[in-house]
Amino acid sequence: MRLEVDIAGKAYKSASGKRHDVLAGIKFSLSSGEVGVFVGPSGCGKSTLLRILTGLDQDYEGTISRAQDARIGMVFQEPRLLPWRSVEDNVRLAAPLIDDARLSELFSVLELSAHRNHFPGELSLGLARRVALARAFAVEPDFLILDEPFASLDKALAVRMQDEIVTLVANRSVLTILVTHDLDDAVRLGDRLFLLSARPARIIANISVPAPRSVRGEAEIAAIKAEIAQWTNGGRAEQRPHGQ
Amino acid sequence: MLRLLSFAVFLGCWWIAAVLAGSTKLPTPPAVLNVAMTEAASGALFLNVGVTLARVALAFTLAITLGVAIGYLMGRVRLANRLGDPWLILLLNLPALVVIVLAYIWAGLTEVAAIAAIAINKLPATVVTLREGTRALDYSFDEMATVFAIPRWRAFRHIILPQLAPYIAAASRSGLSLVWKIVLVAELLGRPNGVGFEIGVAFQLFDTPRLLAYSLSFAAVVLVIETALVQPFETRLTRWRLRAA
Repeated sequence: MRLEVDIAGKAYKSASGKRHDVLAGIKFSLSSGEVGVFVGPSGCGKSTLLRILTGLDQDYEGTISRAQDARIGMVFQEPRLLPWRSVEDNVRLAAPLIDDARLSELFSVLELSAHRNHFPGELSLGLARRVALARAFAVEPDFLILDEPFASLDKALAVRMQDEIVTLVANRSVLTILVTHDLDDAVRLGDRLFLLSARPARIIANISVPAPRSVRGEAEIAAIKAEIAQWTNGGRAEQRPHGQ
Repeated sequence: MLRLLSFAVFLGCWWIAAVLAGSTKLPTPPAVLNVAMTEAASGALFLNVGVTLARVALAFTLAITLGVAIGYLMGRVRLANRLGDPWLILLLNLPALVVIVLAYIWAGLTEVAAIAAIAINKLPATVVTLREGTRALDYSFDEMATVFAIPRWRAFRHIILPQLAPYIAAASRSGLSLVWKIVLVAELLGRPNGVGFEIGVAFQLFDTPRLLAYSLSFAAVVLVIETALVQPFETRLTRWRLRAA
């Protein structure tokens, strides 16, 4: 699958009738097997962008082209699990065709095996997030969308889940979009990093990471982070041309 | 144990009151039981209670099914709400007696008229409850279903319906008690059998033991249905809540 996005603008009217511009210029393309990471200040319009990409929001200026029959797996910013269904039934609702072996494997990787029959109300937020991840992986997606999936997880677990994402991306030709504010996550996982400005969001930098994920060492990661830091500083200078 | 004790206290009070008031106004428990046994032996008690139960079941099912459908529609579609709202207010405030009498005049003293009248009495409250339930649906779950491409019917069955379940349970609970009350009035006014009819006959003959025998048998059946069917169903529906009320 190939995703081509060219959003010229997106605005909404607030309850008081005022017009708010959320997105200003978002143009990029990604192919299956690639991980695109969006990094930007909170409230800049990342979630709005994801809603447009999934087709939930059709009211924008611009064009998006992707395979219409692509299976989408998504992790929302909040887990969005049905409280009246057990963990397993929540996953099975989205992925009715999954075979038992694969489901058990997913649960064991995400350390959910002991919680299969629990209801979401009995889970901590971190556990609920893992269930949301399991649900997104279980549908065997062509298009995986992750909205801040590692928030409120401890570092060790976040790394394990990143490994799972890497495995999934490597084994299947899945196109992944990750939204995060954590530069470490972004650099570890992404093939392409898109830095977003404050609202209304536009892409201020588009950085490619050439080294494959498996061989990315601390040195490369530090180098890319330094480059990003330059860009974000540059962005500030651009906004204040008469500054120091 | 506590329930039995409270029942025993009730019987005791009844007995003392019966002795004080005299048997024409309030017969003693054995006298009422005696009449009930005679009626049961002749089969009349079972026939009348059975007929009444059948009417309750039909009218209740009709009202809940229609009420859930109309309420859901009015909660989802603004136009449906605008069109339906005045009728809803009218029906909500129309006395049960008016509906029953009009139904008998228009449709004759028939079974259809009786059941329709009972159902119409119960309908508006169900619609109002379900409309509120539909308005309270969590939109984020709809989005989840859309993104994961869960088919419409599956989403309705597993995402919408469970959210409406507490509202349906509330409508059923309040609706059932309303139907229990109204069905006897409908029977009294225009049916040749049923508990309501028998109570009407007993009233005309001032036959208090018979009146109490039928009323209490009916109350006993209601109690059994509520505890054996309605309450377990509610518990099952809300088992995922950590602290079910």
